[in-house]
Parts: sequence; C-alpha cells; structure tokens
Amino acid sequence: MKKSVRIIALILALATVFALVGCGKQTGGEGETQDTTLAEGQTFAPIPADKIKIGVVHITSKDDTSGYTYAHQKGIEEMAAALGLKSEQIVIRDNVDDNDVEATKAALQDLVDAGCDVIFATSYNYMDAVEEYAEKYPDIIFSHCSGYKSNGKNFNNYFGRIYEARYLSGIAAGLKAKELGVPIVGFVGAKGSDNSEVTGGINAFALGVQSVYPECEVLVKITGEWYDPAAEGIAAKALIDAGAVVLSQHCDSDTVQTTAAQAGRFGVGYNSDMTPSAPNNHLTAPIWNWGVYYTQTVEAIIKGEWKCENYYEGYNVNLVGLSPLNEKAIAHGTKEAVEEAQKKIASGELFVFSGPLYDNQGNQILKEGEKLTDEQITGEINYYIKGVRVL
Amino acid sequence: MSNGSKVSTGREPLIRIVKREYNNKLIPGLIRAGALILSIIAGGLFIWAMGFNPFEAYKSIIRGALVGSARDPMSSIRSTIDIFVPLCVTALGLSCAFKMKFWNIGGEGQIIMGGVFATFFALNYPQIPRPLMLLIMLIAGAVGGALMALIPALFKVKFGTNETLFTLMLNYIAIYIVKYLIAGPWQRTPGFASIGKLDKNTYLYEINRQNIGWIAVIIVVLFVYFYLYKTKSGYEVSVVGESQATARYAGMNIRKIIIKTMLISGAICGIVGMIKVSSNHTLTEGIGGGVGFAAITVAWLSQLNPFIIPIVSAIISILQKGSTVMQMNMGISSYAADVLQGIILFCFLGSEFFVRYSLVFNLRIKEAK
Repeated sequence: MKKSVRIIALILALATVFALVGCGKQTGGEGETQDTTLAEGQTFAPIPADKIKIGVVHITSKDDTSGYTYAHQKGIEEMAAALGLKSEQIVIRDNVDDNDVEATKAALQDLVDAGCDVIFATSYNYMDAVEEYAEKYPDIIFSHCSGYKSNGKNFNNYFGRIYEARYLSGIAAGLKAKELGVPIVGFVGAKGSDNSEVTGGINAFALGVQSVYPECEVLVKITGEWYDPAAEGIAAKALIDAGAVVLSQHCDSDTVQTTAAQAGRFGVGYNSDMTPSAPNNHLTAPIWNWGVYYTQTVEAIIKGEWKCENYYEGYNVNLVGLSPLNEKAIAHGTKEAVEEAQKKIASGELFVFSGPLYDNQGNQILKEGEKLTDEQITGEINYYIKGVRVL
Repeated sequence: MSNGSKVSTGREPLIRIVKREYNNKLIPGLIRAGALILSIIAGGLFIWAMGFNPFEAYKSIIRGALVGSARDPMSSIRSTIDIFVPLCVTALGLSCAFKMKFWNIGGEGQIIMGGVFATFFALNYPQIPRPLMLLIMLIAGAVGGALMALIPALFKVKFGTNETLFTLMLNYIAIYIVKYLIAGPWQRTPGFASIGKLDKNTYLYEINRQNIGWIAVIIVVLFVYFYLYKTKSGYEVSVVGESQATARYAGMNIRKIIIKTMLISGAICGIVGMIKVSSNHTLTEGIGGGVGFAAITVAWLSQLNPFIIPIVSAIISILQKGSTVMQMNMGISSYAADVLQGIILFCFLGSEFFVRYSLVFNLRIKEAK
C-alpha cells in the first residue's frame, strides 16, 4: 500500500519535471532565449533570422516624414530589408513621451510581452527605464541611443560622431555666408552649454564655418526642448533679426528651415534631408544613417556574435553623413570643399576638435597638437569656442 | 417676416429636450447596453475603414490587456493594474468634490504636488528605513495634494472665485513647478532635465512583482463610501451640493464644509502622486499623465458611486492598455488607438445624456396635444 503511494508520488514528480521541461522547450521554440544567467562578456545564443523579433521605442510618430524619429525609422526599415525580415518581426511603439517614465516603461513592457529579442530605445530620456528593464529581463538585448549607460551584459549604448557631419555642414554654411558677404550665421540649439552633445555640435559647426570664412561669427539661440516647433520658430526669427544669413539647427523639427526660407535666408537642417521643407533655401543637413548600426547589430544577434559594447562611430563607417547638397542653394565651390574635407575626415587626417582651440572667453582649451578624447567630446564640452556668441 | 399662422408653429422648436421620468427601471440599463454595442460597432467600422480586421483588433485589445507573453504571463495584467490604480483613486478623490458640486478640475495638479512633496523626502532623506520612508512619503503626498486643493477652496469661500478655472490653471502651475525642479535644484546630470533614479528604499513593496498601490484602491473606496454615505460630514457635503441655501438654512457652516471636502479630495489625489513616484522610482514632468482629466470622465460615468468607480476605471484601463498593444501588433498608427478610445468613450458619455433626457420631436408634441 505504502509502496504504491510512493510509486505514484514518484511518477507525479517525474511528470511535473517533464511538464516543466516541455514548457521550456515550447517557449524556446518561439525564438526566445531561455538563458537567464549570462555572465559578463558572454554572448547570446544565435536566433534564426525568420524567428527574431525586434522592438523599437520612438519619441514621435513612425510615420514622420523628416527629423529624428524618421531617421531612426528609416534605419530600422533598411535593416529589415537588408536582412530579409518580415514586417511582423518588427514591433514598434511610437509617440512615447521620453519625459513620462510610466509611459516609457509601459512601452518597454509591451515590447517584452510581444516577444522581442532585442529592443532599441531611440531617445535619451528612456535611459533609466531601459536600464531597469535590462536588469529585469536579462535574456533580452536592450540598446539605447545617445545616452551613456550600459551594463556589460545585455544593455549597450549607441551613438556617433555627428560632429564630423556638422563640421562639413559648417563649410557649406560658411561658403554661403561668404558668397552673400555677411559674416553672420545662426544656430538654433535644443540645449544650453551644460549639454555636451549640442554644444560640441555647435562648436564643430563653427569650426567648419571658420575653416572657410575665418571672420564669420556664429550666433546661438537655445530653445530648451528637443522638440518644440513654436520655440524653434521664435529662435530662428531672433537670429534672422540679428542678421544671420544661414541658419543651422540642433532640434527635431524643420521649423528653422521653413522660417529661414520665408525670410529669404538659407539653412542647414539636421537628422534628415530637409530640402523638401525649403526647396530653394536648404543647403544640406548632417544626417544619420542608422541603418548601418541596426543592420550590423541585428545581424550579429542572429549569428550569436553580439557583444555588449558601446558603439561610437562616424564617417569611417558612414554612420553619419550629409544629405545631398542642394544645387539650387549652395555657394559656388561648396561641393569640392566639402568633398575634400570629407575625405580627410574619413581617412583620419582631419580631426575636428584639434588644437589650438580657444573658448569664447579667451581660455585656451587645446594646445597645438592636442585633441579632445571621446569622453571629453561626449560629456565635457561645456564651452563655446571663439567666434560663437549666445544671444 | 412671416404671417401669423406660421409664427405659432415657429415658436415650438423642431426638437425639444425633455427630462426623462422612468416607470421602468430597466430602460437606463438598456440604453447603456445599446451604447456599448453601438460603440463596438462604430469602433469596428473605424478599424475596418483603415483596412484592418475589427474582430482581430478587439481580440487583440482584450488579449493585450489581460494575457501576457509566454515569457511572463502576468505582465499584461500588471501593466493594466498600473493604469487602473491611479485612475481609480483619482476618480474617487474627485468624486468627493463633485458630490458637493465643486468642480475640481485640478486633479492633475494635485497629483503632481503630491508627487513633488513625496519626492522631497525621498531625495533628501534616503537614509530613512523603507517602511518609515514610505509612510512619510504617503503623508507628504497627501499633504501636497491637499495644499494644492486648499488654494482654490480658500479663494472660493473668501472671494467666490470660479473654481473650475482656478483648479484648471493650477494644473499648469504644478507642471511648471516640476519642470523647474527637475531642470534646476533637483537635477541629477547637468544638461538633462531628470532627477535620476531614487534610492531603493523609496520603492513601493511588491507582491508577485506587482506594486502594492492597489491596496490604496480598497482603502479609498471604503473611506469614500463611509465618508460620503455614513457620516454627518458626508451628508453635509451632499446637502451643500444640492442647495447651498438649504445648507445655510439648516445652520451648516458651508465654508468649513467646502474647505474640508477639498482637503480630502486633494489629499486622495496627492496620494496618487506618491504612488506614482514610488512605483516609477523617479519624478518626471509626465507624472500626472492626464490621469487627473481622465478621472473626471470616470467619476461622472460612475455617477460618483464609489463602488462603480473601480468598475469603470477597470474598463477604461483595459481599453487603454489593450488598444496600445493592438495598435502595436497590427501596425496601426498610435493616433488610431486614441481615436478608437475616443469613439468608445464618446458613445458612453453620449448615452448618459439619453439616460437623463429624451428628444421630443415637434410632431409628437402636436399629436400629444
């Protein structure tokens, strides 16, 4: 009697074990990696290309026709096309306000629930929520754009040397101002000098301008928001009133370009080719080719070769670039000048932030032969260089 | 303009709105059921018009809100509860003021100030042990919300200001206070408007990975029920709401009642702010998230009944969470998910009009005569 009870208990126990194993296999079959105990530096198991699911969190609409989100979405679509992924393998949560932590977490949760193997979060303020989710779901890869955090296991950061493209756009702007004979160009920035990304971008642009038109001044107006079309328009008008003939920008909408065009001035956009917004006045725009990163990353994940490393590239891999120069607007000789500088940057001959470099207070930042390090470029440019003036 | 005979018919409008009186208690229920069916059909037509299968969409909404993934089966319900708790508690808080016909449109601002007060202690005294810390944050949140509600209440009793505008405008002041704090004194990383992550002992406790904010729903439902329906103060609130003259005649201190009720209403909203900070682990300008406004709809759809409010909140939370998942899975624009929610809410709110009133066409009046 007792023996039979024991046997039944044993069978039940075995059945439970098999049931559990079965469950594990079932979910594994859906393309989800079950390994939850990854050590530092360890790679993830390969995922078949027809099984991998990619999640993306965007700050504005995936259907945007220009700007920041558009550039990322285009990159995602390029990646899907390059790797032959089906549309249902790409899951997108867009219009997720990056100031709303709750909405960000809800979006990440939705993507986790949808069975994503890798989640790209494209806006800076998603960072802390992404970090938390990476800890919560160690078997999913989280990749965050433009921040500075990573965990060495399943959470990395990606960004690029957009300042290289800004330098080139500065050449186009400087030549145009020179052609017009007015030594004033403007720049609408999203954030003030405490933000190294924007400030460094303004400096790189100014260096580009000065390389062709040394006496040209760069006037700066800060909006305080990444995306605020109304404020961007007001800032652009203020710069126009101050006499700027070419307006550049580091903010998300195309308002600066349309405002410049209406006033008969010229413009340098950002993120995507903004020529359609100002067909006769837009010179060129520093743009992101995010497809380079997305394709490389997803391919590595499919092959099981993904490593948790931060990504910071530029012209060397064509992650950044200039949108086609607008023949209707550019000054004579722009094409040649830009191409020459571009070759030097890609080859490493020209490094944008090289000494001697002075800030606009007269302090020497770099001596002859010195260069800024990547850490300094991403986090410590809190000064404007000589020739830049904030309105 | 016209001759005499036409003037007599012209006096009577084509359609008249007449208050309903019910002999049959079933009719309001039938009207609401009709609204439900109509909203599903109208929403379905909208999805179909965009070229998607409405049946798939509705299935996706229900699954999205309640059924998680193979990886984590309870995750969707947890997200739905995270939407449900703030919505429900805020609606309960607002219902106290609405019962008094005091139009507290400032739930959003009261949530925010509750969050700000709670964050103050979480940021500055991280060494306090977790249970005590949570208690202090709870009290601070309630105080913050109550103070924010006290301002319009005082102006109302002193100067008779319009509380609808006053509470509405205070929301914006609250939002800008948060913006100032996170970009100014409380900023963590220079250049980025964020206070960073709070210390771990400010986090709400979790049971089965679900934070315990839902306990607030149970407590507040019971509190509001007993307060409004079982105490003298609650009775006074409804008398003031029905007729201030009657209240005055009965010797009630109207000013005191208004201030006390608004303090309670604001404190409950403030608690929501604390829950949000403590479950989000940070304070952001998105802390209100429109809950203060959505809760107004919930309170009215529930006819201010504290036991109906959780049910309506649950339905709206399921709709909100489910429609985002549906939108994501089907690749529909996220604006479309908002439109769908709007259509459904519109039908429900519209039905309340027909529950209370009926349209009488001129023709029928004549026949009745």
